[in-house]
Amino acid sequence: MKKLILTSCFLLAGATSIFAQKYMTRTGKISFSATAPKSPEKIEAVNNEVANILDAKTGDIVFQVLIKSFKFERELMKEHFDENYMESDKFPKSEFKGNVTDIAQVNFAKDGTYNVKVSGKLTMHGVTKDVAVPGTLTVSGKNVSAKAKFVVVLKDYGITVPALVADKLSKEATIALESTLTQK
Amino acid sequence: MRRIFTALLLSCGFANAAHAQADSLMNMLNDAPVKKEAVSATFKATRIINGSSVENLGAGVLDFRISHRFGQLNQGAENFFGLDNATTRLGLDYGITKWLMIGLGHSTLNKENDGFLKARILSQKNAGMPVTLSYAGSVSVQTTKAPTLPAGDKWLFTNRLYYTNQVLIARKISNALSLQLMPTLVHYNLVDSTKFSNNTLAIGIGGRIKVSKRIAITGEYYYRVTNADLFYSGQKTYNALAIGVDIETGGHVFQMMLTNSPGITDRTFIGQTTDSWEKGALHFGFNISRVFTIVKPREFRDKAEEPRSW
Repeated sequence: MKKLILTSCFLLAGATSIFAQKYMTRTGKISFSATAPKSPEKIEAVNNEVANILDAKTGDIVFQVLIKSFKFERELMKEHFDENYMESDKFPKSEFKGNVTDIAQVNFAKDGTYNVKVSGKLTMHGVTKDVAVPGTLTVSGKNVSAKAKFVVVLKDYGITVPALVADKLSKEATIALESTLTQK
Repeated sequence: MRRIFTALLLSCGFANAAHAQADSLMNMLNDAPVKKEAVSATFKATRIINGSSVENLGAGVLDFRISHRFGQLNQGAENFFGLDNATTRLGLDYGITKWLMIGLGHSTLNKENDGFLKARILSQKNAGMPVTLSYAGSVSVQTTKAPTLPAGDKWLFTNRLYYTNQVLIARKISNALSLQLMPTLVHYNLVDSTKFSNNTLAIGIGGRIKVSKRIAITGEYYYRVTNADLFYSGQKTYNALAIGVDIETGGHVFQMMLTNSPGITDRTFIGQTTDSWEKGALHFGFNISRVFTIVKPREFRDKAEEPRSW
């Protein structure tokens, strides 16, 4: 009898790990561009330390990024980004909590690229907003690549652009996300 | 026994059925150890006002600096309150690595050429290290013509050299307030008279208070511990005190100040300031800095340059 209990528990535990199907990475990439149309210099940055988990079963997806890990071409731009715009000492993280609403159509057992819709809450500079963006999920073996590109209006997140730099810094930022997650 | 079995089965089943919520996923991400980050932007510029701050240029960044000090405010309307006269230092600074920078400059005052090096040894961290500590050293050479010397005396090249060694200890106490201490040793190869020492030991204190995201009030005072009675060109010298405003614009920091020192190199303002605040012999001045990225960070190299629309 004892053996049976143990075996069935092991079996069930095994089943749990198969069905949980969580994909994860800590080396996703987020880049953004907020260059005004006529700016002589490009205002863009990249962050290669994005943490991301996708639950293949429920479609829940979360991203988390440390603002200070963004890298700029110009050191001074990074300083201004941290000090004046994102206030990264006050708001060290930015995160997204959401759901791939049409996760059911993605077959994680079969390699391929699927267009998906993601909606959820984006928190940036201490402000949380609902966002809905299209993206793609590419299944290849035990890896899933997530890709999305969307635009945020800086003012919506309480980030003000002073008139002095309005010719360089755009009022909107185009955010591109690319992360390759591995099955856990 | 059967009951236990059922309970186990049920609990395993529940675990299976429980949907992982986004929140619990986020908690998984939060498990990562907290990164120890170096504190950034203790000061807005590599100089507090006249002297060095603990800030270094980024690696591969070139900084072109124009420092300007007008004449004394108390010179009256005749000299347009000092604005008719000015001394200037033109400088080029370069960040070799994140922690090491060098610079060269030329000042109109005494036709002085100077070179300096600044190295960050310790960095203030959000957890752990409480201060940033740097070393700054400079050498300068005066290139003015030989003064009238007593018969038999020679005007050697070494007579025109000066050295400054500084330890800079700074702490960003809050986002708005940063303070810095600078124990300094200035060596003058030539002083006015043999009764003065060639070495001046001074303690500098500097700080900044941010009044808005882009504007800060700064202050800097060098108290001479030894050699405070030094005469320079036959005139009494005073401790250097400067107050200023840092205004940050897109690509540069604009610093405006009131100081009793017309000199901009370490050795001139620390030990050879002959004007005093009490007499109103103040100089209005400004520093302009423009930075250029010479070597791009790794993430931005080897990327095909997109055509720019001007």
